[in-house]
Amino acid sequence: MEILAFVVDGLLLGFVYGIAAMGLTLIWGVMNVINLSHGPIIALGSFGVYLLFTSIGMNPYLALVLVAIAGLLVGMLVYAIAIHRVINAPHLSTLLATFSINMIIIGLGTALFTTTPRTVNYSLGSLTAGPVTVLGTRLVAALAATLVTGLLYLFLYRTTLGKYVRAVANNRSAAELMGIPSSRILAFSFGLGTMLAAIAGGLIATFFPFTILSGGVYELKSFVICVLGGLGNPLGALAGGLVLGAIEGIIPKFLPTTWVPVLEFLLFIIILLVRPSGLFGAKK
Amino acid sequence: MNAWRNPGIWLTLGVVAAFSVWPILTQKAASREVLFTMLLSVVLASSLNIILGYTGYVSFGHIVYFGLGGYVGLYMISSLKVTLWLAIIGGGLASALLAFLLGRAILRLRGAYFALATIGVNEAVRAFINNFKPFGGPIGISLNFNVYKDYGGATQSLWLAYYLLIAIALGSIVLSYVVKSSKFGLGLRAIREDEDAAEVMGVITPDVKTWAYVLSAILPGMVGVLFYFKNGNIEPGDAFRLHFSIELLVMVMLGGYGTVLGPVLGAAGYQRLRGFLLTSPLFKDIQLSVAGALLLLIILFIPAGAVGWIRHRVPVLRKVLP
Repeated sequence: MEILAFVVDGLLLGFVYGIAAMGLTLIWGVMNVINLSHGPIIALGSFGVYLLFTSIGMNPYLALVLVAIAGLLVGMLVYAIAIHRVINAPHLSTLLATFSINMIIIGLGTALFTTTPRTVNYSLGSLTAGPVTVLGTRLVAALAATLVTGLLYLFLYRTTLGKYVRAVANNRSAAELMGIPSSRILAFSFGLGTMLAAIAGGLIATFFPFTILSGGVYELKSFVICVLGGLGNPLGALAGGLVLGAIEGIIPKFLPTTWVPVLEFLLFIIILLVRPSGLFGAKK
Repeated sequence: MNAWRNPGIWLTLGVVAAFSVWPILTQKAASREVLFTMLLSVVLASSLNIILGYTGYVSFGHIVYFGLGGYVGLYMISSLKVTLWLAIIGGGLASALLAFLLGRAILRLRGAYFALATIGVNEAVRAFINNFKPFGGPIGISLNFNVYKDYGGATQSLWLAYYLLIAIALGSIVLSYVVKSSKFGLGLRAIREDEDAAEVMGVITPDVKTWAYVLSAILPGMVGVLFYFKNGNIEPGDAFRLHFSIELLVMVMLGGYGTVLGPVLGAAGYQRLRGFLLTSPLFKDIQLSVAGALLLLIILFIPAGAVGWIRHRVPVLRKVLP
């Protein structure tokens, strides 16, 4: 029965991983850019919630809304500065352009916040059902992640702007011919991706300690999840997040915890090789 | 061979050699350390350029070959009690073998998928070695101080490592030039421009790509042994630092990818800049940010890198700048 507790714990975490990966996969799907500034943006999201909570005592979940809006704006700014000029260049250029943003954020963040771990001291108690005990903050985080996914889905499939995003993702030049302002849509999509990263960071801050560097771990996890769910498939990312969360929950029962990343990255490489469209993606 | 009549390659080798002997003539340990870092970067960047610049495959986790070489070499020295020479060869071969085995599989992936796979390889190897008992797990391997006695004491060992590094650095430039001016290199560049067309024209792409990947892994494995021999210990977190891997990409981009001179210039320039930023009172806290901003400006405005830019501007130099 103990295993159930591990799995539930992992799954709840998986929702949050899923949100982070969804941001990465959305950007990839719309503009074929691997965003290497994803990790630092996740960390900035954590810091946003932390600063609002510690300085003016704002409720972390209310702070999360502000952090999300800031994430959207920061993303659009990053797109305008770093990506727009190289959007049609080879992959190496966009990889390095986003990596330079990564360096800038980490450099400034280290100078401003140092690398001492921070925590948001906020508790929602815990919930017990049979053998399973879950922390309130994790449960709320999973619910928030589900809500965000639902909203994203509604946005992409039920609004005109969402339709534009999908159109640009599908075929940029055809979308332009139809009168869709593709540059603005690309900027907006990049903003959406970073917004999801910032939300994930904010949620992580409510239950894990973090530094400006800790985003890197979640960025790597996001890569694994994106590949599990199929690059460019936002809903696949949530499913991939759950799979990863479950794996992280179950493996420590059988092997030392340090083996978890070995298996994760082996799985990552194998899926890339055998089924690059992801576990849940349609075969191309 | 006609290619050796090019003055550019002799000039490059001459300048690198001249800079390298400077610390030997002055016998200054401080300038030797500076040059050590630069030459190390030259080897790594030039090797990376073979798969990245010539073939067009973005190897993001190339540092895995440096770290693996270092691990195998230090294991051979400390547990198997072999000499440094044999360990260097062992480290190079181990890296080459991994590249050969992986190459067949992951070089099938193109573009960003390949880049992601190489990140995965680096992280998987790091995580594995973290658990691998013979390599010391998370603690890594530390060399016993007595090891250095065979080479005339610690100071003498540092100099020995430096001499060997000079040789490997010059070798890496020669290798880079030989690959570029050979028919094999022509095949690589054909793959970079259009892989499907290259295949139709008779380039056996899976073989050619794999050999390019192996060639780009050997020297990083060898200098990995040298670096960690000099360092005295090796740990998983240090040996497979993804950040360093990306810094190598930056060096190649700075100098100009796909050229012989570019990675050499980029490596030296980047390390010089980094040294300056780290010691300058104004920038030392935010050196990473300043480096990032500079990188961004180069990517946005001079994507061909320094050598590429000069070649583009001054067509006369195209024949001489390798």
